[in-house]
Amino acid sequence: MGKFLSSSIGQKVIMSLTGLFLITFLIVHLIGNLQLILSQDEGYSFNSYAYFMTNNPVIKLTSYGLYAFILLHAIQGTYLYIQNKKARGSQGYAVTRYRTAGESKNSIYMGSLGLVILAFIIVHMVQFWAQMHFTDNVGAFTAEGYEGAKDLYALVSKTYENIWIVLFYVASMVFIAFHLWHGFRSAFQTLGLNHKKYTPFIKALGWSYAVLVPFGFAVIPVVMYLRHQGIL
Amino acid sequence: MENMKLKLKVWRQGGKYTKPQFVTYDLDGVSDHMSFLEMLDVLNEKLINLKEDPIAFEHDCREGICGTCSLVINGYPHGPMQQTTACQLHMRHFRDGETITIEPWRSRAFPIVKDLVVNRDAFDRIIQAGGYISVDTGQAQDGNAIAIEKDQASHAFDAATCIGCGACVAACPNASAMLFTAAKVSHLAQIPQGKVEADSRVQRMIAQHDAEGFGKCSNITACEAECPKAISVEHIARLNRQYIASSLGSEKVVS
Repeated sequence: MGKFLSSSIGQKVIMSLTGLFLITFLIVHLIGNLQLILSQDEGYSFNSYAYFMTNNPVIKLTSYGLYAFILLHAIQGTYLYIQNKKARGSQGYAVTRYRTAGESKNSIYMGSLGLVILAFIIVHMVQFWAQMHFTDNVGAFTAEGYEGAKDLYALVSKTYENIWIVLFYVASMVFIAFHLWHGFRSAFQTLGLNHKKYTPFIKALGWSYAVLVPFGFAVIPVVMYLRHQGIL
Repeated sequence: MENMKLKLKVWRQGGKYTKPQFVTYDLDGVSDHMSFLEMLDVLNEKLINLKEDPIAFEHDCREGICGTCSLVINGYPHGPMQQTTACQLHMRHFRDGETITIEPWRSRAFPIVKDLVVNRDAFDRIIQAGGYISVDTGQAQDGNAIAIEKDQASHAFDAATCIGCGACVAACPNASAMLFTAAKVSHLAQIPQGKVEADSRVQRMIAQHDAEGFGKCSNITACEAECPKAISVEHIARLNRQYIASSLGSEKVVS
């Protein structure tokens, strides 16, 4: 097993499987977060959802898995990036012109895109997750049946009053879209799933996913900002 | 056009060039009917007359089937024409007065011997690790004695067209030799005689690929775009499939 995981294909399989897990997570994350803008009830739906997510033991366990997979994906990715740079040798090309057969050019920059996304995840977690868990900056959510819950909605709403933070989130989603554009489809190729029968479907699904999911996330801060400004 | 003028920026290494560097040469009188290698022959003839060290570059058949020529021309392995080896590339695809940059394959696993010549023994060692059939297949078979579907034979043949030139490694931003290894694995695994050892072959060839210091495939498909035989990355998927399956399921443990 160690030999498999340290082989070039095994290392890519780790990237593929952790990537597919994170892809699945993003859907759940998006559906939950859309309650920030879809149900206009002063955050009641979102806060009760957040209460459920932080207290359900199964979800809690899954969240630890999620943190581990994000780290594994980032560490393994960095290691691959370093090894692949080394494989070119000390002398690179004076002229580089990459052509590809069917993949987008951003497939070349997956490592750099990933680094930007990692920075985004850190900022994102400090802004919400760490503030909620480790500080008293978040007020209480006072509703029947939710003892000890925090008003995460108020924190999110307050954060998105700042136009620069909104723009930062929207820009980060563009990077995620580029990363997913190649990542989704590439995960299947790495697992050896490339076939005339279903590859066109995987490609179409991957491209739709890479556009729609980051778009859905980007809409949330924009709508919340516009509502705060009284435009929407 | 019979009298093209070119500026050639060529990588020189070894001999009097103890410090590897690009050297620029002006060449005129190039005919657009010449192949790229014939153009270099003309330049070398000129250098020899000047009592200078000619540029070392590899070539053999000059008809696109041996896989010996190995030049990165203006950033493209085998030059800007797709599905064409450098020897089959003609000067009519270049403009009069153009500056052409010529570099060797760049990979840690392909050390430079001299100028544009690299040592591709790493590929031979990958083949030695498993690119053969060691079970007894008997005397030469009668035609059609071994049953195989036409589709499958054709797929195996598509992979077998690999000439082992190394353009996939040169083109890959990760300097991975996955397309080469995949072509060899996929070629043998799809024919009845090769199927027998498929599990241990894929294990041994990947182990050798990794030991040579090639990079890891990240499905960029630059290899397929630059491959003079247009070998598809579908073969890499088949290689991955076989490697994963044989790692999980094979009874045999390959050391």
